[in-house]
Amino acid sequence: MFYNPYIVFFSCNHPSSTFFPLSRLFYRYRDLAPQLVPLDYTGQPDVRLPYELIGSMPELKDNPFRQRIAEVFSEDGEGNMTLDDFLDMFSVLSEMAPRDLKAYYAFKIYDFNNDDFLCKSDLEKTLNKLTRNELTEEEVRMVCDKVIDEADLDNDGRLSLEDFQHMIVRAPDFLSTFHIRI
Amino acid sequence: ERGRGKRERKRGRKRGRGKRERKRGRKRGRGKRERKRGRKRGRGKRERKRGKCCRLPSPSPCCFSSEQESPDEQEENELEKLKEAVDDRKKLISTLRGKPLPMTRKLQTLRESQEFVEKYEGAIGKGKGRKLYAYKVMMLKKWMKFQRDFENFKTACIPWEMKIKEIESHFGSSVASYFLFLRWMYGINMILFGLTFGLVMVPEALMGMPYGSMPRKTVPRAEEANAMDFAVLWDFGGYAQYSVLFYGYYNSQRTIGWLKFRMPLSYFLVGVGTVAYSYMVVIRTMARNANEDGGGDNNCFNFSWKMFTSWDYLIGNPETADNKFASITTSFKEAILEEQESRKDDNIHLTRFLRVLANFLVLCCLAGSGYLIYFVVRRSQKFALEGLESHTWWERNEVNMVMSLLGMFCPMLFDVISTLENYHPRIALQWQLGRIFALFLGNLYTFIIALMDEINLKREEEEMVKLNMTIWEAGLYNETVGVNSTTPPIAIHPADIPRGPCWETMVGQEFVRLIVSDTMTTYIMLLIGDFLRAVLVRFLNYCWCWDLEAGFPSYSEFDVSGNVLGLIFNQGMIWMGAFYAPCLPALNVLRLHVSMYLQCWAVMCCNVPQERVFKASGSNNFYMAMLLVILFLSTLPAIYTIVSIPPSFDCGPFSGKSRMFDVIQETLESDFPAWFGKVFSYASNPGLVLPFLLLMVLAIYYLQSTSKSYKQANLELKKKLQTVSHDNHVSAIILCAIPALT
Repeated sequence: MFYNPYIVFFSCNHPSSTFFPLSRLFYRYRDLAPQLVPLDYTGQPDVRLPYELIGSMPELKDNPFRQRIAEVFSEDGEGNMTLDDFLDMFSVLSEMAPRDLKAYYAFKIYDFNNDDFLCKSDLEKTLNKLTRNELTEEEVRMVCDKVIDEADLDNDGRLSLEDFQHMIVRAPDFLSTFHIRI
Repeated sequence: ERGRGKRERKRGRKRGRGKRERKRGRKRGRGKRERKRGRKRGRGKRERKRGKCCRLPSPSPCCFSSEQESPDEQEENELEKLKEAVDDRKKLISTLRGKPLPMTRKLQTLRESQEFVEKYEGAIGKGKGRKLYAYKVMMLKKWMKFQRDFENFKTACIPWEMKIKEIESHFGSSVASYFLFLRWMYGINMILFGLTFGLVMVPEALMGMPYGSMPRKTVPRAEEANAMDFAVLWDFGGYAQYSVLFYGYYNSQRTIGWLKFRMPLSYFLVGVGTVAYSYMVVIRTMARNANEDGGGDNNCFNFSWKMFTSWDYLIGNPETADNKFASITTSFKEAILEEQESRKDDNIHLTRFLRVLANFLVLCCLAGSGYLIYFVVRRSQKFALEGLESHTWWERNEVNMVMSLLGMFCPMLFDVISTLENYHPRIALQWQLGRIFALFLGNLYTFIIALMDEINLKREEEEMVKLNMTIWEAGLYNETVGVNSTTPPIAIHPADIPRGPCWETMVGQEFVRLIVSDTMTTYIMLLIGDFLRAVLVRFLNYCWCWDLEAGFPSYSEFDVSGNVLGLIFNQGMIWMGAFYAPCLPALNVLRLHVSMYLQCWAVMCCNVPQERVFKASGSNNFYMAMLLVILFLSTLPAIYTIVSIPPSFDCGPFSGKSRMFDVIQETLESDFPAWFGKVFSYASNPGLVLPFLLLMVLAIYYLQSTSKSYKQANLELKKKLQTVSHDNHVSAIILCAIPALT
């Protein structure tokens, strides 16, 4: 049974009814660790899957940013995800999520030091992950300078959320590449 | 009045209430109060509720009452505030999804808001029309639930999702975009199929005269012997020709069956409707894509976009990931190089000469292929006149085979020629696509022109046949009865009656044959070019001198643009021929279905991911624009034939009329009341139509100029943004410098 992860979470509209996700995403989550995840979520148990299991999912295992993705969406910031975090992650990365929401989370993913700015070191780390360290230092420095030149509107030498969003919403490929199908 | 307002403000009233006073304008408020004092029931209710009023935990406490306000106004204020609060919460619930909050916070907020809304929604409606309000609320909730379930259902119904996901994870989003396009086309063709099948083929099959009852519905005696042969059926002759699949079978009776179904009208309207629906869908998709694009600034964020949007999150396969890393690295290196050195053309004259030469060669190719098609179509007409049986299979199917082969090999030729030109890969791809487009278009139109010649021939034949028929009929009567007797007409089997030529069926048959042969060619080239090649490379590699997998020929890559163009042109042929062969959409649905499975298998089995990914254009609208152009160009010939050529006298739903669109006139006269016809004739008066057209042209001009001015304003705002940031920077420097100076 297919579903749209972006709307599955809001399919129960009565506040007093218990939340019981009967969706494929839930079964995917459970399949990662059947012994840890109970079938019955009525008691809203506090189950947290460690990062290693999340990072080994076929959709994520080849992604150079999988650790950052897990860290951004997890509650504890370490990559250990509850079912809520798991659903959140796939709903933001699904086709139906609005562009601004995706831009917000993309910013957080590429912000390696979590200081709410994309500074030079963040950009360098991103580039090295993208090219698997194949570019020389000179080239890396050049590219990062160019990026800051292009996108930094308030001229503080780093990209804020507004700069990033302003740049990314015009990108023609953003929606099609920042997308995971599950 | 103003005085009271001031006093309110000075007492430190809640701003809300002051505003409401100002907005109401004293008069209206007083008027209401006057009206209410008159009504007994109203007052009674309010009296009852005042007790409850203070228990409502509305955002503004109800105990602050002005001595000047009556209890009615107070009550109203509370209810209004409550209503505002509930509306705010409802808005929050509907926009909650789009907020970047962690899931637990979202759920918490959702539950709180839902509880709030449930508790106080009922209370609001208690003033007036409470039952109606509660009913409205309940219906709204049911409607929203229905919408949600329908969305879920719609998502569950989308076919081939897993297949496309697998392809995406192995090949990335650009190859998968072809399959997404194929699926979208499949959807459109399903609708077209529904229209033609349900409104044209089924009514005729169920309610029309059966096979064998009329000359047009029967296989002629001469052809009966081999009407059931597979070869004849594959060619869409024989029993296939005299069936609901083609135009010629349909009868021109105005109404058929007990339902009084207007067959000719339905045929005409379905033809028009398929084109209108296609236009609507294509333009709607283009508009949606244009919205998403956000009006691209193509070059000013080059590196930023490379950095943040080049990794394809859909990739789920290590080999593809390796490829992707390599292509990203190459792309960065190229961009850095371009940035560092300006492109020095060693010999600009040589490059220019080579480019002109290449274009000249391409033009020769196009002209050559056009002439070849014309020549072959003329030859096939000659063969048809001599009788098809005396020729080999190749000679009979020459036209279709030549067109398909040209479509296969000319693009490869263009590819080779384009190496002379030395363009940037993206520009080279655009040139290539443009040339292939011109090739297909040229071929199609040459084919149509040749077809028009055949149509004219058939029409001349018609005149002769009409003459012969009268002679034949007269001869029949003279043979069997005396000249002056009044016996009933002789019963002759319909298969023996001579019938007129049917150019519409002929046109339909040509298109169907073209599509079938095109499909077969595509599948065979797929099997040979991709599958056989992959098998050879894999198994001969063990005993070959050089590494077949790394060097020539290696595994093939999936040609996205070629396949998309092929799909677009096939759809153009469907649109062109669907009026004359109602079976075409059905055929196309079948073809797309098989293509999906076959190509998905072939891609996963025989292809490797592309080494360098260059999309023809950043926007998705490039292929949509091509589709729109093809839609326009393919409906032109169909419309021309409908408007200017009289239909055959002996076949089809419009036989006997002087033009096909006369059916509309006939319907207006006989099925609608007289005044409707008059209104319609006034509306189609040139005196009315011309001013209307003029108005539309003016509207387009106006909209275009406003959009230009918006773009201008946009640019200025951008510049302002940059100068403001520059000013900030400068002032920041000054501020930093001041302590240094002091």
